[in-house]
Amino acid sequence: MNRANAQIHGWLLLLPAAVLLALFTHYPVLATLWHSFQSTPRGGRPADWVGLENYRALIEDPVFWQVLGNNLWFAAGTIPASIALAILMAIWVNGKIAGRGFLRLAYFVPTVLPMIAVANIWLFFYTPTYGLLEQLTVGLLGLPSHNWLGTKSTVLYCLMVVTIWKEAGFFMIFYLAALQAIPPSLGEAAAIEGAGRWYYFRRVTFPLLMPTTLFVLVNAVINSFRLVDHIVVMTRGGPDNASSLLLYYIYDVGFKFWDSAYASALTMVLLAILAASAILQFAFLERRIHYQ
Amino acid sequence: MTRALEAIGAWLLAILWILPLAYAFWTAFHPPEFATRFDLSAPLTLQNFVNAWNAAPFARYFANTVLLVSLILGAQLVLATLAAYAFTRYEFYGRDVMFALVLVQLMIMPDVLVVENYRTMAALNLTDTITAIGLPYVASAFGIFLLRQTFKTIPLELDEAARVEGAGPLRVLWEVYVPLSRPVYIAYALVSVSYHWNNFLWPLIVTNTVGSRPLTVGLQVFSSGDQGIDWSIITAATLMTSGPLLVAFLLFQRQFVQSFMRAGIR
Repeated sequence: MNRANAQIHGWLLLLPAAVLLALFTHYPVLATLWHSFQSTPRGGRPADWVGLENYRALIEDPVFWQVLGNNLWFAAGTIPASIALAILMAIWVNGKIAGRGFLRLAYFVPTVLPMIAVANIWLFFYTPTYGLLEQLTVGLLGLPSHNWLGTKSTVLYCLMVVTIWKEAGFFMIFYLAALQAIPPSLGEAAAIEGAGRWYYFRRVTFPLLMPTTLFVLVNAVINSFRLVDHIVVMTRGGPDNASSLLLYYIYDVGFKFWDSAYASALTMVLLAILAASAILQFAFLERRIHYQ
Repeated sequence: MTRALEAIGAWLLAILWILPLAYAFWTAFHPPEFATRFDLSAPLTLQNFVNAWNAAPFARYFANTVLLVSLILGAQLVLATLAAYAFTRYEFYGRDVMFALVLVQLMIMPDVLVVENYRTMAALNLTDTITAIGLPYVASAFGIFLLRQTFKTIPLELDEAARVEGAGPLRVLWEVYVPLSRPVYIAYALVSVSYHWNNFLWPLIVTNTVGSRPLTVGLQVFSSGDQGIDWSIITAATLMTSGPLLVAFLLFQRQFVQSFMRAGIR
């Protein structure tokens, strides 16, 4: 095959995917930036160039700051917990334990269920007076009744629990794969040396799981800014935006208030966060080239 | 001793993890008056499923989801295969730049670009169609990346041997690369189907009639409707929506777990 042919064939093979990627990933990123400098066209009045006006509105918008804070808090609350649980689950399921098949099934099941469906189940769980949680806390323990999703101080935690429950089993799979790649001879050697299990985990297993942890971490960060399905079902961001996350706020602004210009400015913030996490990941990836 | 404690811990966690689903099963298969009462003598019933099925056009939603998921998967496999082949076996100008541009989608998924993508769909006159739900996902960076990694492990000699026998590039792809990558195709298919069966926000935004709504959106419209909160019917509808994936998962548990593993190892 001559060189010119290789050029043409290569590009032709890539073309369909490249066109669609450009249309639905690269173009929208640039268009979002462009539209974030314009006003929302309304009632026959076309969009005007307004410069940084949307960003000024954003900085002065208390809801934006609240939502951003919620999202950071949400990420800080869900990511370490789901990673820790995922490692624990993977170690249990990887070892000799009674009923291993059932355990693995139980941990993994939330992953295959639609978020929207499990959100309905959890909504029922949290329902005041006759939900399961209230039956436990009020009926069994005799605590005072509490509206879990209707109270500003508890609603975000309730959503965090749902997310941790949904994601831990998914991350477990990656740790399970990594654990199975660790040679058993390491564990045997450590046992001969008389190392305890916790010591072995801290000094051998956990460092060897680092690449997996990094991969899972990046996925978890993206998910914490991407997955808002349960908010639509359970709280609609309320009460008083206490459970609204950035993407949900974008959805509200863009498709309920139809303020597409402001939604574009908000999207730029989201894109900046995702880009920053990408750059961090590449900085770390550089250091583990041997692993690739 | 610690082993026994660990086993107890593992089981407690598993029971906690399965509890919401068990609770949903209890409610869906018993009459409404037992929705919040646990009584082992409660009669079993399928009436909640019948009521849910009759209360909303679930048959149509099912058909839409099946169509959506198969269209996306089919198109994704074709596009990703061609692109991965180009990246693995062709030297062309701008290849590395193009690959970097593909990888951008791993970070910035269509899920977060809903505002602009809606604008594009409106301009193309495609809103409220199944095509509009699927189109942004059809070129999948994840699929291209996964297949490229796989194609790279296939010995160049096999490729060259086939070419010496007179096979063109597409025949080499079809007869050498695709068959040897079967497990990865299966892994990708399972991940893609469960992702798009479950996807919600974008379909919610871009559809607004029964004719194009997938199950997830249909379920949301149904359960937030004003027929009063009948938990028995809502949980029945919820289980129906997740049913096919759940059954498939129980049947092919091993493949599912291995697929998700394979998709994650890079």
